[in-house]
Amino acid sequence: MAHSLDAYLVLSGLLFAIGTFGFLARRNAISMLMSIELMINAVNLTILAFGAFLPALKDHASVIALIVVAVAAAEATVGLAIVIAIYRNRRTPLVDEYDAMRQ
Amino acid sequence: MSIPETIPIIGASWDDVLFVLFAVAMVGSALLVVTLRDIIRSGVAMIASFAALAGLYVLLGSPIMAATQVLVYIGAISILVLFAIMLTQTKAGPARLVFQTQWWAAAIAAVAIVIVLTAVVVSTDWGAGPPQESATSDVARLLFDAYTLPFEAVSVLLLAAIIGGIFLAKRDPSRDEAGR
Repeated sequence: MAHSLDAYLVLSGLLFAIGTFGFLARRNAISMLMSIELMINAVNLTILAFGAFLPALKDHASVIALIVVAVAAAEATVGLAIVIAIYRNRRTPLVDEYDAMRQ
Repeated sequence: MSIPETIPIIGASWDDVLFVLFAVAMVGSALLVVTLRDIIRSGVAMIASFAALAGLYVLLGSPIMAATQVLVYIGAISILVLFAIMLTQTKAGPARLVFQTQWWAAAIAAVAIVIVLTAVVVSTDWGAGPPQESATSDVARLLFDAYTLPFEAVSVLLLAAIIGGIFLAKRDPSRDEAGR
């Protein structure tokens, strides 16, 4: 099982779906950002699984995954800063209470 | 003393057992991340999920990514998330409703994604060979040779993210008073 590409791909699909559910369903903005991190990790797992099993992608996969991690770190920094800035104005982390443009 | 090739009683190989162990730990703690009521606990579950994923990277033969996972995700991003949680929680404790009222639509979407992705994965012949490890020295040679431009672009992106993060989270006295 550990030596089949399909097992890793199904596993990362499962992780991606969990992240999707969390992003769509949670009310807390930080929970949504954590779900995005789960989805990014699922993508990284896919990249590395392809790199391990397809000879043409052998070392390229690790490099691409490293770059994805750096971009994800930048995304987390800016995303959390935005959440903190909104919290300072609205006094709540719940996204369904950010309705200023609807009133 | 060397350990036997397969586990004595069950007859499964060590790789398979470790794969199942890490996979169950990762999916289980990921489910906890999206379902737990207390957001601090879901942050801690996220750390467990990242750690299990680092183990999977080792099984995939990519030690450099496993180390990066521990350093960047467990060491930096999780701590950043935990700090943000502590900065934004109201004193009243966790919210009464954890999910949006239309959470069932999100559940349907997630199940649909699993079904579609699994169908695609199973029905496609990827031409996969036997698994092979990627040596860290080869990765480094590739990173600083063929991928120099993306590497430099990422460094600029990180600098921009640092400046943007500081600017966004900075306390602005005049705006703070106007906002309330």
